[in-house]
Amino acid sequence: MRLSRGARVTLGSVAGVILAVIYLPLLVVLINSFNSSMNMTWPLPGLTTNWWARALEADGLVSAITTSFEVAAASTAISLVLGTLLSLALSRYRFFGRQTVSLLVVLPIALPGIVTGIALNNAFRTMLGLQLTMFTVVIAHVTFCIVTVYNNAFARLSRMNRNLEEASADLGAGLWTTFRLVTFPQLRSALFAGGLLAFGLSFDEIIVTTFTAGGDTVTLPIWILNNMFRPGQAPVVNVVAVVLVVFSALPIYFAQRLTSTDQRR
Amino acid sequence: MKRMTAMKLSALAIAAAVSLSGCASSGGSNADGMVSKLGDNEKSVSLLGWPGYAEKDWVAPFESSTGCKVTFKSYGTSDEALTLFKTGDYDAVAASGDLTLRLIAGKNVQPLNTDLMPNYANVYSFLKDRSWNSADGKTYGVPHGYGANLLMYNTDVVKPAPTSWDVVFDKASAYKGKVTAYDSPIYLADAALYLMKHDTTLGITNPYALDETQLAAAVDLLKQQRQNIGEYWSDYVKTGQSFETGNTVVGTTWQVIVNAMAKGTKVKAIMPSEGATGWSDSWMISSSAKSPNCAYQWLNYIDSPKANAMAVEYFGEAPVTQDACQYTSDKTFCDSYHAGDAAYSDKIWYWTTPIAKCLDGRTDVKCTDYQAWTKAWQQIKG
Amino acid sequence: MRDSASVSELQANPVVRVSSARRISTLLYARAKLRLALLLAAPVFWLGLVYIAALLAMFVTALYSVDSFTGDIRPGFNLDNIASLFTDPLYVNVTMRTLGVALLVTVVDVLIALPIAFFMAKVASPRLQRILVIAVLMPLWASYLVKAYAWRSVLSNTGLAQWLLQPLGLSTPGYGIPAVVITLGYLWLPYVILPIYAGLERVPNSLLEASSDLGAKTWATLRLVVFPMLVPAVIAGSIFSFSLSLGDYITVNIVGGPNQMLGNLVYTNIGTANNLPMAATVALVPVVIMFGYLAAVRRTGALDNL
Repeated sequence: MRLSRGARVTLGSVAGVILAVIYLPLLVVLINSFNSSMNMTWPLPGLTTNWWARALEADGLVSAITTSFEVAAASTAISLVLGTLLSLALSRYRFFGRQTVSLLVVLPIALPGIVTGIALNNAFRTMLGLQLTMFTVVIAHVTFCIVTVYNNAFARLSRMNRNLEEASADLGAGLWTTFRLVTFPQLRSALFAGGLLAFGLSFDEIIVTTFTAGGDTVTLPIWILNNMFRPGQAPVVNVVAVVLVVFSALPIYFAQRLTSTDQRR
Repeated sequence: MKRMTAMKLSALAIAAAVSLSGCASSGGSNADGMVSKLGDNEKSVSLLGWPGYAEKDWVAPFESSTGCKVTFKSYGTSDEALTLFKTGDYDAVAASGDLTLRLIAGKNVQPLNTDLMPNYANVYSFLKDRSWNSADGKTYGVPHGYGANLLMYNTDVVKPAPTSWDVVFDKASAYKGKVTAYDSPIYLADAALYLMKHDTTLGITNPYALDETQLAAAVDLLKQQRQNIGEYWSDYVKTGQSFETGNTVVGTTWQVIVNAMAKGTKVKAIMPSEGATGWSDSWMISSSAKSPNCAYQWLNYIDSPKANAMAVEYFGEAPVTQDACQYTSDKTFCDSYHAGDAAYSDKIWYWTTPIAKCLDGRTDVKCTDYQAWTKAWQQIKG
Repeated sequence: MRDSASVSELQANPVVRVSSARRISTLLYARAKLRLALLLAAPVFWLGLVYIAALLAMFVTALYSVDSFTGDIRPGFNLDNIASLFTDPLYVNVTMRTLGVALLVTVVDVLIALPIAFFMAKVASPRLQRILVIAVLMPLWASYLVKAYAWRSVLSNTGLAQWLLQPLGLSTPGYGIPAVVITLGYLWLPYVILPIYAGLERVPNSLLEASSDLGAKTWATLRLVVFPMLVPAVIAGSIFSFSLSLGDYITVNIVGGPNQMLGNLVYTNIGTANNLPMAATVALVPVVIMFGYLAAVRRTGALDNL
């Protein structure tokens, strides 16, 4: 389809306006991090760098970021394994219940977080008698992170040329060797993209986390929520958000590069 | 945080004040599960409380003087606290009056031997052995701090200056869409208090003891109020912001929110003529505490002048001893919070869990309990 | 698969040193069902035994009741809770309100996502494309709560929205249901853009060119070629915005004025009233809605586009 120049320009400007709207609230966050009002009120009564200084020594902030990283990393790692297994099974085999399994994997992301949250909370505490810890948060996060890995891997596997795998087998390579040397390299960028999305989902998750985290497991979103309820602390969270957005650009950029070079191949 | 460094320096001094008879080898307890004698401090203590109830500033000196390493978990609502505390993971909890009776009835907490906590002697007498921190003549909680749910209004918009809660009830329609109220079932007591003073035919004598008819009257009042509500609030930022921007012009507030207002915001907070609801939070010790000795040390410590001053000033509520007033960083703090003012305290109906057995002593009717209040609250919000 | 053939070839080959790992591999290679079982075991265990069992157990408690004072759950078989979903106007009203918000958020998000996703996938150069994907993804890192409070700032009486709209004779919507739709729509937008972008990227340019070579107008190409391929991607995106809105209770607290949604009822029942049975009952509502939605869209292939 050849779009006329006019259509391209119109589309481009619409996209530009949408992007501006996407970034407007982030700009507000940036400005609020210098807002001298303790309640982040507009128009700004004055400017201050106080919140940036406070963020540096904020109680528990570093450990909250670390916890979130640990939870997200563990959830992503497990999701990568489980999602890959599942995508191999569903893309390479036709079996009874296949449809059900594909629905099963979508369910945790399709059902509202509060449902997942209270169901797992009830299961961990009342049924299994477990104490809520970081471990229970990871179990909960994995349930809804599997789907992002699975979908990316499944899409790639469906487009993958099966002849290579068969050739490898015919040449005497075992299943593991074939997977390691033939399937995995083709799958890698899809797994990276899926893993990144899973990491992001887990890192910012708040509702399920609220219900599955024990007392000592303070993830970043929980820390932010707590600070909203602590006197005179709220604007510090804006600083945290600004820093996170800036630092997140790098991994996403590399992920993107990796995915697109792979596709061009 | 300047206070922080000052604290580290004085940690040693406090250590002396806090440490009790540390030489006793093992604790003992008498028949009703009350500890009679303290033993050696355990290595750690696990606390549950409102956000801001155990901050580094006053936890660190406690840890260094007693050797009890503190882990603290904060909760958002009293009911979340109940759920958490029931897990048995916590040695002590800071509970508001809408939670304490449930903990006592559920035998989740133990009666306290106040002799083991020397600082308790200095606590204001109007806070001791009240209906929300004692039962059957036994003390179950030591006070942390207290405060009132005040009426705040925008002095530019709300004229003449109100003296009664009627601005958020009968006269609220004048400020339609700009009225706020605390978002919790316990807010029903505010309506009940108003009815207690203005509709004597209902016969309400305690806003926490409402029979079916009385509750229905309170619900009706709040359903009318709902028409005029701009938003309900439960966090500081939200309500403070709304008063600053003028989205809200009148409603309930806490002193700490008033104090956090940007300079020049045209608001004022008052104790209306009807009096007000309020809170007096108590630290209680779990009946299955793993570190009872450290828990006792903490309860004693939180009522010590310096620690109490820091804790209540951080949170924004009145301290529980007169001695604490000399340690607040803001020297007018105790005045602005009416600390120790018994007449002021008498106007406060402190949060108490509504239970089926009427708290006002009536035996001919059953009162509505907290679950009924919660249901009613959801209906009011609609 | 030529399983048996390759196995015999392998066995006939004397050069292969037969280690135990190799033996397992050979065994697996021969047994497709065993391989499948091994592949499925861990993920199905995780999702089935952890997730589904937990869900079922929770819905069983919807039939229980609660001792109001001590908060203990009394097992039993009791349909009162479920009946109240239909008879109590509160639950009916809140369900309708929540459903309305979720639908509106989804429609708004899809309408916004379509042009920008189309521009990203079909107009932008590969370099610009990469930058745009990052630009769309970045806000995801700025914490849900921070963004919701930012919108609270923007929509306040003296906020940015008022400042921008006043010259046009308009004013900020203030706090309420419109603010909830705006904020939720904003929060979930990246989750809707990405699947649609990915879906459009899969539409080969050659197909579009073929269509126009055959004389189709731009609009006809869009309608007859692009749209059918886009439907699963749009539905995939809508699953995100719809389900995330359906269960939200935090945004409505921040910008929703005095309103409550289904999530609030669930949260209040478990958080404030400590009434798990009633919370489980209310939670059934979004679950039933989502199951209906998933069943309806399953055939479109949308579930593979998430």
